[in-house]
Amino acid sequence: MKLETIKTKIWQEHAQTKHPFMADSCYCSGYNVYQDILPNASWIEYLFLLFQLELPTAKQARLLEKLAIALANAGPRDYSVRAAMNGGVGGSSSAACLMAALGVGAGSVAGAREVLLAMQAWQHCGLSLALWQQYLSQPKSATQADVWPEAEHPMGFDPYANTCAQPVQQTLAVLVDCQVGEYLLCLQQQQGQLEQWAQCPLAMSGVAAAALSDLGFNPEQGEMLYLLLRLPGAAVHALEQRQLGWAQYPFFAGKIDVVNDPKRNQDEIND
Amino acid sequence: MTKVEQLSQAQQQWRTDIGAWFAGERVVFRGKDLLTELHHLSWMGLLLYGITGKIPTEKQQRLFERLWVLSTSYPELRLWNNRVVALAGTVRSTAALGISAGVAVSQAEIYGGCPMTKAIDFLYRIKPDYDQGKDLTELVNLEIQQHKIIAGYGRPLIRTDERIQAVMQFAQELALDQGEYVKLAFAIEQVLFKLKHHKIYMNVAGLLAALAADQGMSVQDYNLYITLCFAAGMFPCFKDTVSQPEATFFPFSCEQIEYTGKAKRQWSQ
Repeated sequence: MKLETIKTKIWQEHAQTKHPFMADSCYCSGYNVYQDILPNASWIEYLFLLFQLELPTAKQARLLEKLAIALANAGPRDYSVRAAMNGGVGGSSSAACLMAALGVGAGSVAGAREVLLAMQAWQHCGLSLALWQQYLSQPKSATQADVWPEAEHPMGFDPYANTCAQPVQQTLAVLVDCQVGEYLLCLQQQQGQLEQWAQCPLAMSGVAAAALSDLGFNPEQGEMLYLLLRLPGAAVHALEQRQLGWAQYPFFAGKIDVVNDPKRNQDEIND
Repeated sequence: MTKVEQLSQAQQQWRTDIGAWFAGERVVFRGKDLLTELHHLSWMGLLLYGITGKIPTEKQQRLFERLWVLSTSYPELRLWNNRVVALAGTVRSTAALGISAGVAVSQAEIYGGCPMTKAIDFLYRIKPDYDQGKDLTELVNLEIQQHKIIAGYGRPLIRTDERIQAVMQFAQELALDQGEYVKLAFAIEQVLFKLKHHKIYMNVAGLLAALAADQGMSVQDYNLYITLCFAAGMFPCFKDTVSQPEATFFPFSCEQIEYTGKAKRQWSQ
């Protein structure tokens, strides 16, 4: 009986002569993985190849590597990192910690969905300031319900910042310096104008969206990469909290106000 | 209030009506004592109460539970969400990890969470116009123009849905088979029969949405209600593969990778 196959442009394998389930050699987009890529490529070059099926130029590799550094750890205050730490502190499995980080880091506030939507905005607006003004000033409402809650602020911008955070500015400067594509440069040159239309300062997700677009990734690829590149911080903070233990981890004791607590209501009546 | 003030205030306190655990003493669950006031509820009853904030009637508990029993949980390892769970079992991951992943995967674009949410949303969106006498065919056509498909109708892999009859039979037992949204859902099916060259039948997501809409469940609440609806079929999938020899769930041989990419090339950097 003919066996079903998995179609792929990414991966090819040749089996051992006497064992059809053991690979003798593996190829990624035509390159021998363990013979050529492993001794020669950097992790970033291989990552780029996996997504785009071509090796990056030196400038592209540098940009992706700098972006990967900028995104690697958002710090323990970040909501996705916090999710991972909640796994770690209770002794949940490592996979659960990363799944928690992915689940929380997927959203439209500093998360991967924000990057996806911001990249779609770059696709739509490109370098046209008129289109950006329309997009940021007159956001369109969804025409049908979605499993994703509707975005509540302009994608790629920080709804709680007063001014653009220094790490965001520093990242933008280093990424622009890599001289790949036009979106990052446009973002840097027009940052003030875009922030004015958005009524919010630029966020790290906005910088990432421009960088990923400059690198030629489509929005779905950008979303995946953003999820993936933020995992190192989630991992190490989860491990650290696992080590430190729950007694040293915030529980917000006494900070929940249950407005309809029947006992409190009863006490108020008694008082 | 400035942004900093807003965050500083949020830092101090979280006001909520969903409840809390008063350690060693009691649990408040949406304004009621879980241990003394809600212990009579079924699990589905508690789930619905947590979602909607309203104690469901006996009839509603039976309805929403039976919808899950009849229509959403198949112990079928090949279905994509269930297959994730089966894969977790075969490689000896944990049930919680496999099933969590399976639940997350169930929120898919072509089945599960997305079309189910869009199905109830569609009913709510067109009902006011339909009630005002607008032509249903026009309303359906407009939806197809705007969103390409009618969520709740048609099905990947096959055309008909074996669950409709069983669900309708139960709805009839509860006298819920003639609700306004159920009637509307079947009327839409009739429109689609006429519009398309190939008949497009309502799938069970369309019927479930209609039954939930007849109970007044909001789109957002319905989205929450369906989140775990596939879970019961996943547990047996894990149990099956974890109890058979490791890594033997439909293994792929190397030649089953059908490579369609670039020809072999030399590394030159």
